[in-house]
Formats: sequence, C-alpha cells, structure tokens
Amino acid sequence: MKLHIHTTINGEPAEFLCDGHETLLSALRNTLGLTGTKEGCSTGDCGACSILLDGRLVPACLVLAPEAQGRTITTIEGIAQHDVLHPLQKTFLENAALQCGICTPGFIIAAKALLDKKPKPTEDETRFWLAGNLCRCTGYDKIIRAVMEASV
Amino acid sequence: MSERTFAVVGTRPVRHDGVDKVTGRAAYGADANWPGMLHGVVVRSPHAHARIVSIDTSAAEAMPGVKAVLVGSELPDINATIPLGEAALDLRDMSYSMMARDKALYHGQAVAAVAATTLDIAREAAATIVVSYEKLTPVMNVDEATAPDAPILHPTMRTKGAPPDAPPSNLASRLEMKRGDVDAGFADADLVIEREFRTPTVHQGYIEPHACIARCGEDGRAVIWCATQGPFFVRDASAAIAGLDPAHVKVIPSEIGGGFGGKIVVYLEPVALLLAKKAQRPVKMVMNRDEVFRATGPTSGTKIRVKIGAKRDGTFVAAKVSFWYEAGAFKGSPVGAGAMCSIAPYKFPNFFLEAHDVVVNKPKVAAYRAPGSPMASFAVESVVDEIARELKMDAIDLRLKNANQEGDQAPYGPKFGPIGLKSVLEAAKNHPHWKAPLGPNQGRGFAIGFWFNGGMNSSATVTLGGDGSAAVQTGNPDIGGTRAAQAMMVAEELGIPVERVRPSVGDTDSAGYTDLTGGSRVCFATGMAVIRAAEDVREQLKARAAKIWNVEPSAVGWDSGNLIPPAGAKETKSGHDAKPLTVAEVAAKMAHTGGPVVGRASLYAPMAGPGFGAHICDLEVDQETGRSRVVRYTAIQDVGKAVHPSYVEGQIQGGAVQGIGWALNEEYVYNRDGAMENAGFLDYRMPVASDLPMIDTVIVEVANPLHPYGVRGVGEVPICPPLAACANAMRSATGIRFTQLPLSPPRVLEKIMAAAPVAVGA
Repeated sequence: MKLHIHTTINGEPAEFLCDGHETLLSALRNTLGLTGTKEGCSTGDCGACSILLDGRLVPACLVLAPEAQGRTITTIEGIAQHDVLHPLQKTFLENAALQCGICTPGFIIAAKALLDKKPKPTEDETRFWLAGNLCRCTGYDKIIRAVMEASV
Repeated sequence: MSERTFAVVGTRPVRHDGVDKVTGRAAYGADANWPGMLHGVVVRSPHAHARIVSIDTSAAEAMPGVKAVLVGSELPDINATIPLGEAALDLRDMSYSMMARDKALYHGQAVAAVAATTLDIAREAAATIVVSYEKLTPVMNVDEATAPDAPILHPTMRTKGAPPDAPPSNLASRLEMKRGDVDAGFADADLVIEREFRTPTVHQGYIEPHACIARCGEDGRAVIWCATQGPFFVRDASAAIAGLDPAHVKVIPSEIGGGFGGKIVVYLEPVALLLAKKAQRPVKMVMNRDEVFRATGPTSGTKIRVKIGAKRDGTFVAAKVSFWYEAGAFKGSPVGAGAMCSIAPYKFPNFFLEAHDVVVNKPKVAAYRAPGSPMASFAVESVVDEIARELKMDAIDLRLKNANQEGDQAPYGPKFGPIGLKSVLEAAKNHPHWKAPLGPNQGRGFAIGFWFNGGMNSSATVTLGGDGSAAVQTGNPDIGGTRAAQAMMVAEELGIPVERVRPSVGDTDSAGYTDLTGGSRVCFATGMAVIRAAEDVREQLKARAAKIWNVEPSAVGWDSGNLIPPAGAKETKSGHDAKPLTVAEVAAKMAHTGGPVVGRASLYAPMAGPGFGAHICDLEVDQETGRSRVVRYTAIQDVGKAVHPSYVEGQIQGGAVQGIGWALNEEYVYNRDGAMENAGFLDYRMPVASDLPMIDTVIVEVANPLHPYGVRGVGEVPICPPLAACANAMRSATGIRFTQLPLSPPRVLEKIMAAAPVAVGA
C-alpha cells in the first residue's frame, strides 16, 4: 500500500506516492525526477544527497519519504532563481571549485545552509560546517574559497 | 616553443559544463531512467576464499516480478586481452573477477545477479538465491601468499616463466631491472641504510558509485549508458565478456563522478547487458558504497624493502629495492610501474630492482592515480630522508645533488628529454615554506614523486558553425575540466572567444576512437588531437579565403583569428581590394566556397613527457592521542604548460589530499576471515574539509617538446610525494621513523608510548 505524500519542493506544491520504507532521496530521484540530489553512500556519511528540510540541512538518504508530509524541501534544482544563479553557484564556477561535479550539489546546499545561518563564516567555521560533505577531487581548497567568497 | 604567446591558454574561463554541474542538471551514471527499465542486483560471496559447490536460483526465478537471473556458468569462457597502452588487460580474468565460476576469490565477489521490475523485488529475489560454499583458507597479504604451504588461489597459475611442471604458485610474476654492480656500489658507500615498508590496501574513493543501464534489442544490438573513464574499453570488454559482437554495441558515457583509475575496468556493464538480453528489457544497476569498497577498485597493499648506499658528500652509489605488491585475486598489480618510478628521480650508477606480483584473496586491484608509484615513492623517499639526516644535509640539497636531468638515462630505459625535476627542487628550496619556523609538536617533511604520463590513441573533430563558432568533440569523458581545456585550445587556434566554442563528449558511435580518460593523457594527447583538428579547420579556412580572393591557399596569411590576403589581391566577385576576413566572415560564406568545414585529427602518441613534483608538509602531532593534522602544505610541480591554471592547481591539490589520506588514515581493515570490516565512509576515513589547510601550489613550466604548447600530464604526479612527505614530517615531529602506513592515531600513539613510556599521563 503506497502512501500519498503532500509536500512543498522548491517553492511549488508537490505530491507523490511512496512505500513506507522508502527514503526521501529515492522519492526525489526516482519518483520526482530530481536527480540533482546525488547518492554517494546511503549512510549519511558523504553529504552528496544534502537537502534543506524546513530550512535545515539533512542528508536525504537518512530521511524517510513519508516524513516529508507537510514539510518544505529545497534541492539543488531550486537554488537558482529563474535565470539567475545563486551567488554560491557563481563562486563555485569562478573558483573552479568542482572537478567531477558529483559532490557539487551537496556542497552548494550545505554551504547555503551555512550562509543562511551565518553570512560571514571564518575559514575554520566553513571547514567544520562542510566536514559532512566528501569531495575526492579538489582537496577542498577551492571549495572553501568559493564559499567564503560567496559570503562577502 | 616557449616564445609563443598565448591569447587563451593560461587564462581561467568558466568551464563549459559548469552551469549544468552547479544546478544539478548534469546526468551521471545513476541519473538516467529508460522506459520499461528493470533493476539489477548482484549476489556476492560472503567468503574471501571458497569453492562454489552449487547455486540454486529456483526460488528467485519463481518470484513474481523477476525477469532474469544470471550465474557465472552462463557466461562464455573467453581467452582474450585488450591492449591498454604498452600493457594489456586480461578479459578472462576480468570476466571471472566480475562473476565467480567455480571459486569465490574475495569477500564480495559477484556470484549471481537478478533483474526485476522493482529494486525491492530484485533484492528480495537475490536473498532467496542459495549458494553452497566449501570454505577455504584465505591468504590476505604477500607473506601469507608466498609462504611454503600457502593455500593456492589458482590451481593452474604458475609463476610467469616457470617450467610447466613447476608447482602452482600465488607469485604471478617476478621481474628484475638492474644497472652496474650493486654489491660493488654498496662496498664503495660510506653510508648504507636499509628499511622495510608496508602500505595498506586503499581505495580510489570516488563519490559516485558504479552505475549503468544496458539494453539489448531484438536484433541483438545493444546500448550501454554508464559512468566510465573509457567508453571504447567498456564497449570492447562488455561485448567480449557477454559474447556479443562489439560492432553491435554502443556505449554512451554519462557524466562521471570521479574515477582515479577505478572506472576503467567493467564490473556491472556485462552483467546488465546479459540480464537485459535475457529479459529483453533495459536493466539498470547501481552499486551501493559497501559494494564499491568490497568489489571494486582498491590498489595494492605492499611490502617494499629499500637499501640505499651513499658517499659522505651525499652522492648516491647504489640502490637495491625489492617490491612485493598484492594484485588482489587475479594477477596484474602495478608493481612493475612502481619499481620503474621508485628511483626514477635519481642518478644511481648501480641498482637492482626486483618486482613481485602476488595474488591474494582481495578484490582484483584497479588502476589508482599513478598506479604503483606512491607506495614506491613512500619507501624510497623515507630512506632518502634518513640519509639526509645521517649526513646532516638539507633534504632538498641531497636530492638536487642526485637529481636526474635532461640527457640522463632513466632507470627504466630511455634518456630523459627536458624534465623539470631540478627546477621543481629549486622552486621548493626558494619557497618561504621551506624556511618558515615550526610551532610546538610540529614537524616538516619533504618528498618528491614521479610519473611517466601517458600518450596513446586520441581523436578529435572540430565543426565550424556558419556564425564562426565551433563545436569540438572527443571521446574522453570529462572527469575534471577537460572540456574547458579543449575549448580553450580551439579558441587559441581559431582566434575566436572561448565562450563561442562548444565542447562535448561523444559516444562510441559518434566520436573517433579514443583511449580512456586516464594516465594524465587527456590534456596532452587528446588535446594534441584537438589542436591539430583546429589547425585543420584553419587550413580549410585559408583555402576558402583563397577562393574568395582567387589566390593560392598558401598565399593566405593568418593573424590571430583573421585571414590576411596577399598584397594586391582582389575579391573575385566584386573586384575590390581584398580586406582581411574574420573567421566568422569566412564561415558565413561556407556554402558558396565548398560546403561545411569540419576539421579532424587522430593520433597515437607513443611517449608523453614525464612529470615530477615536490611536496612540503608540516604536521602537528598530538602527543597524547597520536592524532596528527596537516597544518601547512605546499605542492610544487612541473606541468610543462598550464592550459587552465585553476584546474591544474585543482589536480595538484586533489592529488595531494588523496595522498595525505593514504598517509594518515585510509586502510582496508580485514577480519580473520578476510572480510573488510570498514566498508563505509564513516570507518574508511577519507580526508574531510576540517582535516586540512589550504593546499598551496607552485606551477613550474618546463615545456614538453612532444606537445605543441609544451603540455605535460598533471593529474597523477601529485599523489606520489604525500605519503613520504607526511611520514618524513612525522619523523621530524616525533623522532620516530614510521615504516608502515597509515599514520593513524593508534599506530602513532603506540610508538610514542614505546619511545617514552612514562611521558603520557605520568
């Protein structure tokens, strides 16, 4: 028996059917076609599936899809405003803060959560906030620079 | 070459695929879904070494929703290899590793697969498959594998070159390289240092798990979508393993979420293809992280014994190095490359290297960024550090004294052309980091590294638009900015803005044959094809302009994007004096001057141009916990010519940090039964942002004469020095020489306690 979930995704009302044991990550990716949220580990360790749930940073792989009922979700697809990139998206591009790009959506979501909370984080604060997001390509240097640049 | 001034090369434009990647639109391996698609799941061996007695799939096959079940005995028995540069990949081994037949040779090896209408049904069905095993004793390292009474993995495998009546062995091969008289060399030395080193099994750690979709039509034609470093390789290997004609297989490479060598061989693709063929429906397969750790990737655990002799003034006189590399369950570790790289930086009049390739009950190793070199560099550079300490010489001066330069004979054969080793060492010596004061509990380490860099096969096409824009296509998946670099090369050659070049990655039907994205070869070899294809366009544009002016094509000049008429030339149609034409102006007349303009080039680059790097690492060690932290890090590298400096820096930073992870934390932890106990990112601890400082880079440019811009490969060199740079920093901080990686807190604390048992908590 599927559950019928009503939610708000990237500012628009959305509804979907899911199994009780299905993750929100699976619902986003497989049912709603929002594949910008990536799956790297399914255990909450890599941050590739970072989303905002009622404004709070969570790994979508550790949230059950039915828990989205009545909540507000922001995914990478909802970060740019129409044809204007979010400042983080711009600074990631300008700083070459991505190589393969698979971790990039998660980093941008996590960094947005940081800047929403603390508009001018220090380098240390940025590094510790983003410690839940793994990147294997960049060594983090340019990512940290991009986030700090977006904060000024 | 060095006099050439560039308009675009050396600038830092936004990458062309960037917006798709920051908005989530870019489609990676697991991001595609095809109509009617099934989901495939693999059943894996719970034993590291076991005979497979029987497999009962009847319950799975009877389950509603299950559309296909596959076991190893259904795969064709093949005997073939696929060339890969100067080496070859054994497809029989790959097939057996990908799906076990009579024996399971590592924990997590595939033994069966199921495709069903939903992932849940596929998983339930997989759980009903009953495999009966006869457990065998696993061998988990080179010592166990080569012990006189060691259990044998492959009853038919003898050491390469052994007589046919020799007993089977886990030692797949042994090779030697030598120069001069190593014993005489040691006799002549004032100082001889010998140490034995060990490095653990580690994984590439790409964030995107392996993923693919395959379909196979009624006509036997197949399509595979997958995340791979080598779509042409996937085509040929998947076809061979699945028993299809490669002429009927097309591979579409998705965006790729990291590879580092680990996404070259096939794991899922032939399985998905066979399931799809059986079910006559597309089959999607995606690994989870546990499977990625247990059944893909890793690089060799190693044992390396190094003996180096030097004169009192620091001159190296002899080196003897024995390498023992785990290949995993099938032959073919990168031990030969490790041996060749180990002493490549140095002039040794006498050396003896022996390289052993040993099979053990672990996943078959895959390429990992400069395969074989980082461990070899760890061992040799640790001993070189000891020599500098004993002789009280500056670590950089000692290396400068022994460094190879142009004209010196590389230990692996050829004479070096222009190489940047001495320039890199000088840059390191002059860097403020080298002389900066250290804080309490801090130590500084220095080490260098080498990689050959690859050339091989590449193709490119450049298509001119009627508006003077251009599209460039190659067959190399873009793993870290190569589209941008290729677009920059076209812009450079055609004198058009880089934003007006559209780079793309073709599938195996549309792109000219191109070897894999790896070996630090894409910007070098494929880049060279791109440059030649753009030059081809330029020559065609000259011919078109010549037609417009009714002159010989050879009389047409070229000046940064403008076609220049010879003096006195008139326009054919109007009779007016000919004026210079832009690329766009000539492009607009294509239809009237001979039709579309498409430039193409293909090449085989047998050589590439070797690369050297030097790293300076400051570690701070917590004496009470053994935890260490990198507090400052500088990486210096000769890159020949940086096309897009930001992505060159990024390669150097990323490689350095992978090496730091290898040095400080990463390792496969196995239990007594040969099962990996830390197959997840929480316990296999890769570096995170809060572990690290900024990684400073210094780009040295000693032009590579084999490339029109002087480019050398960049990506692999930077993972070679960090292992020893960290260990040498640890030596400096603690006074203890660590010969085993990783330098994890428990190992470091144990040695600190042993060195000063009353110091802690007293």
